[in-house]
Amino acid sequence: MSDYPLEHKGQGDFGAGLHSPGRSARAFRSKREERRYWILLISLFLLAALAAFGLLVYNNPVPVDSPSFIPVVRRRMVALVAMLIAAVCQSLSTVAFQSVTNNKIITPSLLGFEALYSTIHTSTMFFLGLTSFLSFTGVGSFLFQVAAMVVMCLVLYGWLLSGRYGNLQLMLLVGVIMGTGLRSVSAFMRRLLAPSEFDVLQARLFGSVNNADSAYFVVAIPLVVLAGALLLLYSKRLNVLSLGRSSSTALGVNHQFGVIYTLILVSVLMSVSTALVGPLTFFGFLVATMAYQAAPTYDHRYILPMALAIGFLVLTGAYFFMYHVFNAQGVVSVIIEMFGGIVFLIVILKKGAL
Amino acid sequence: MPKKATHQHAEAEISQPQRHPHRKVWTKPFTLTVLAVIALGLMSLFTGAYDIQNQPDGWAMFFITRIPRTASLMLTGAAMAMAGLVMQLITQNRLVEPTTTGTIEWAGLGLIFVYLIFPAPSLMLRMAGAILFSFVGTMLFFLLLRRVKLRSSLIVPIIGMMMGAVVSATSTFIGLVFQMTQNIETWFVGSFASVQIGRYEFLWFIVFITFMIFIYADRLTLAGLGEDVATSLGVNYNRIVLLGTGLISFAVGIVAAVIGNLPFLGLIVPNIVSMYRGDELRSNLPWVCLLGMGTLTACDIISRTIIMPFEVPVSLILGTGGAVVFVVVLLRRRRQR
Repeated sequence: MSDYPLEHKGQGDFGAGLHSPGRSARAFRSKREERRYWILLISLFLLAALAAFGLLVYNNPVPVDSPSFIPVVRRRMVALVAMLIAAVCQSLSTVAFQSVTNNKIITPSLLGFEALYSTIHTSTMFFLGLTSFLSFTGVGSFLFQVAAMVVMCLVLYGWLLSGRYGNLQLMLLVGVIMGTGLRSVSAFMRRLLAPSEFDVLQARLFGSVNNADSAYFVVAIPLVVLAGALLLLYSKRLNVLSLGRSSSTALGVNHQFGVIYTLILVSVLMSVSTALVGPLTFFGFLVATMAYQAAPTYDHRYILPMALAIGFLVLTGAYFFMYHVFNAQGVVSVIIEMFGGIVFLIVILKKGAL
Repeated sequence: MPKKATHQHAEAEISQPQRHPHRKVWTKPFTLTVLAVIALGLMSLFTGAYDIQNQPDGWAMFFITRIPRTASLMLTGAAMAMAGLVMQLITQNRLVEPTTTGTIEWAGLGLIFVYLIFPAPSLMLRMAGAILFSFVGTMLFFLLLRRVKLRSSLIVPIIGMMMGAVVSATSTFIGLVFQMTQNIETWFVGSFASVQIGRYEFLWFIVFITFMIFIYADRLTLAGLGEDVATSLGVNYNRIVLLGTGLISFAVGIVAAVIGNLPFLGLIVPNIVSMYRGDELRSNLPWVCLLGMGTLTACDIISRTIIMPFEVPVSLILGTGGAVVFVVVLLRRRRQR
């Protein structure tokens, strides 16, 4: 990634290196690495498929020939689709976000999507009451939530990234602080709710892959596919944008437009994921960091699929092991978060720069 | 060294340079602020659901809850504001305070561990755990900052808050495994509702901490100039950083154990003070203490009156208002740059 040019310089004999047949503009440094990448990618996908298959059929309480076998599988299918959506959203958006912010340490979940999500729900309950809250379901409300989150991000990005004082880090910090503030506001409103209303709200706010609502899939899947595809198609530009503002401008890319375009796609993906399965802070970070290790290239056409494979494998694998091997349900997301957090600390210490 | 430093007014000390005569503390605005804070304190004494004047045990109630509550507000406000100020000096970063470095989350982790080891821990034990863990956590963060090259000062609070998230994920995990999530939940929203005689006295340690910070004010200011400058001016940099961190952790740990989490107080107050008065710690300290007291007391009065006769935790008011002020401070800095 960023340290490759340095390594090349370190090889000494710079002029000869430029013309040596070993050097090329390809994404990988050697044929061997490229082969390794493909083997890794395919085996990761196979493993993920295996874990997904295991989640579907393993330990099914009814025998295969029973007529109720298929409904059980269908029930589990919902969780699996939610995992797939979460994996796509989190992995693609984190990699893209880290590239445009030119920083491999931060994640888009810093921008307070989950705080905004709970604020939207709490304020619906608070201002409109229980009956309107209960009718605030279905495709329309889902679209509204996603739209609200995207609009907030647009305002934030547009306001803080453009103009003379445009500054990416400032935008991040404002996002973090706004998240904290919104969390306080919604906690404050929740305090004022009647206990019965609070219970209904609490059930809604507690998002996880296991109580994802399959009614939302109709909207969520097209949105994710669209945003994900746009991001994948944009990966050549992402390669340039990850060089930073001045280099990408010199290479003829409109940096500000590219950043805002990417961030909009990121915010769509993040909002869908948050509205569907709830907040995941360090999952995206974990996946992106592992993807950089597994795909030793700058090229997003290769990094993004790798991140996708790793993300899906981590989710399905973790759920499979925790459910069927350790029989520890309910702590899966916390374990993923904790593991991601530890990796985060190690990366900071190893990297030596923020 | 401490012996020398106790003579604060002996102007000819070697280690304590002369004070600027124009930096008099008791100026007219300062006196007015003192009066305002006293007025807020009086208001806090007479705010509440219980009718003091007309109930037979009203005045007993006054001494059991109202006075302890107001006293603890004053002490906590001063402590958190000062902790923020000292942290900002040591890290040379305006956006650092106990919430943006994870110190408070570490204190929470310490509390959990104490609950884990001792079945029914006393307040003393809980406090010790919180102090110890917040010291370790803050030192870790400072070490991290010194080891790492920084591209931007804005990244420090982001990393600090992410570290805080790691620590609180750990606490949640432990809480889930040992079924103590409720303890964490109640701890995490700081509130003065439970303050009464017998439950808040440890907060008086804060007076001692304030005193220590006043004594070391000038040396902490020098440490704020960076390791090289401080060393060349004859200050043992590492020792003063260690001492400063110790004092902060002591204050934050006590507050965490007795009251809970109070976000942003340590950030807003010092920033507003230094916006108007610059960065000399010693002449700013009285201001920071005073405004900390005033802000917290005002927030607490709001939290008690907004849904009378009930009350909301003061941390929610602080978090909401603090976030707005923080963003304004950030944007003002951006314009100045």
